[in-house]
Amino acid sequence: MMTAAAAALLLLQQVPAEGTDWDAEFGVELKQRDPVTGELPVDPFHQSNANAGAVPYDSARLVHDFGGREGIARIAARTVELSEADPRIAAIFAAHDTVRLKRTLSEQFCYLLGAGCDYTGRDMKTSHNGMGVTKADMNALVENLQAAMREEGVPFAAQNRLLAKLAPMSGDVVEP
Amino acid sequence: MTMHCSCLLVLSQMALGLTEVPSSPPSAPPPSIAYAPVLDADGDAYAQPMIAALPLTHSTEATRRALQSVTATNAFSEDGGGLRLGKVRLLKGGKLLLTNGVTTVEGSSGGGIARWATIAGRQMPGGIGLSNHATAIELPDFGWRSFGVAVGFGDRLELSYSHADFNTRDAGALLGIGQDYTFNLDTYGAKLRVAGDVVYGDPWMPQIAIGIEHKRSGDGALVRALGAAEVNGTDYTLSATKLLLAQSLLINGTLRYTKSNALGLLGFGSADDGYKLQFEGTLGYQLSRRAVVGAEYRTKPDNLDLGASPAWMDIFAAYALTDHLTVTAAYVDLGSIATFSNQRGGFLSAQVAF
Repeated sequence: MMTAAAAALLLLQQVPAEGTDWDAEFGVELKQRDPVTGELPVDPFHQSNANAGAVPYDSARLVHDFGGREGIARIAARTVELSEADPRIAAIFAAHDTVRLKRTLSEQFCYLLGAGCDYTGRDMKTSHNGMGVTKADMNALVENLQAAMREEGVPFAAQNRLLAKLAPMSGDVVEP
Repeated sequence: MTMHCSCLLVLSQMALGLTEVPSSPPSAPPPSIAYAPVLDADGDAYAQPMIAALPLTHSTEATRRALQSVTATNAFSEDGGGLRLGKVRLLKGGKLLLTNGVTTVEGSSGGGIARWATIAGRQMPGGIGLSNHATAIELPDFGWRSFGVAVGFGDRLELSYSHADFNTRDAGALLGIGQDYTFNLDTYGAKLRVAGDVVYGDPWMPQIAIGIEHKRSGDGALVRALGAAEVNGTDYTLSATKLLLAQSLLINGTLRYTKSNALGLLGFGSADDGYKLQFEGTLGYQLSRRAVVGAEYRTKPDNLDLGASPAWMDIFAAYALTDHLTVTAAYVDLGSIATFSNQRGGFLSAQVAF
């Protein structure tokens, strides 16, 4: 009898008003994109070029091979675009601010290649924390980066020199 | 019972103030669940895309994998190729091109004649991969044909089988064992990656693997007559392999503890010679994702005192025609074989891996 009463009570509850803000109901915070950069805010962190994760090259030829800062920025953006469209790893990128990622990835590549940028992003461990990245995901990203570098006409040996800076960071990126 | 029930309902609803009372004042607002007008005050709030900052401590991809159904066994997976058996990926691949190596004459992942620390098959951790190969070597006086299969478990364990036929052609008649006499050798291999990664991690920390190769000659009576102590034998190997990305160089070194005579084609050991430590090495240069060229060197014992040269060498080019098909061509110098010297010739191998 009590069960029947409870069920009837449930059925007789009033429908919530139209336009109820369920995010507010459940305390979901909304982040607003920066009107200028289009990026979502991140929690404060200590900014340093050391966050880029490796010592940069010092080679004008290497920078030239990558098409200078503009070429590097195109490669970084294209890598993110290819990855967002890659069914193997798209799910990892779906929940992240790829506007910001394109900028920070570009800064990281630019810094590591010695093209004279500062890296303003977080370190690799913090920025990949909790993403559940596997080695297979990393391989997929490498393939997308290689495709982006090929499209930009970067010689293969120069491509490998950038990968040589990134590969040792796998321990901070891949979940154990 | 029914009466009793409905009475209680009405009572409880009235107690909770849920029942609509027709005589309620019209000015009373309709009851609603906490409406927060603040978020709507900014009219543009919905014009711009807003992304909810969900708590991502257990992020989407990891969670999705963890929650993935285990009931849909033997089904084609929804993301990417391959089959799924429970949570184990079959033949799904995922390795970077050429990082599974090509196949050695003994059926192991490696170069053409040197074993590498790499694991056969294109699978990643949690997957099972498969690699098949066929190899032909044409020498002035001999011909080699081998084929085999290797199964890779994760990027951890490789089990391989290979069968080789070594045709002595005219040399067979000259040696008195018969025209076109063909030696047979079966090789059962196992290799376990114990540390490191061929691509990732510290650039000076190679992928290290230990392994065995158990070989069974199909020519028992003959190899004994030639002086071999045994018809079957086991090699023990320790390999270290690394791709030095900054230089585009692949470096491999393997120590092999062996008593094999000519890989085992001529049996194992002799009356006065047994296990010896041998070295095999590879140096490769990566021309592109798909192409690598290089050279190999492999020392070997001369237990039978046939004047066999102390080492084999080759220069090779490997090309990944597709993600799955890799062909390797090499110029090999196998020195002196069974008193026939200057055995230099061509090596061609095809590998199909998943």
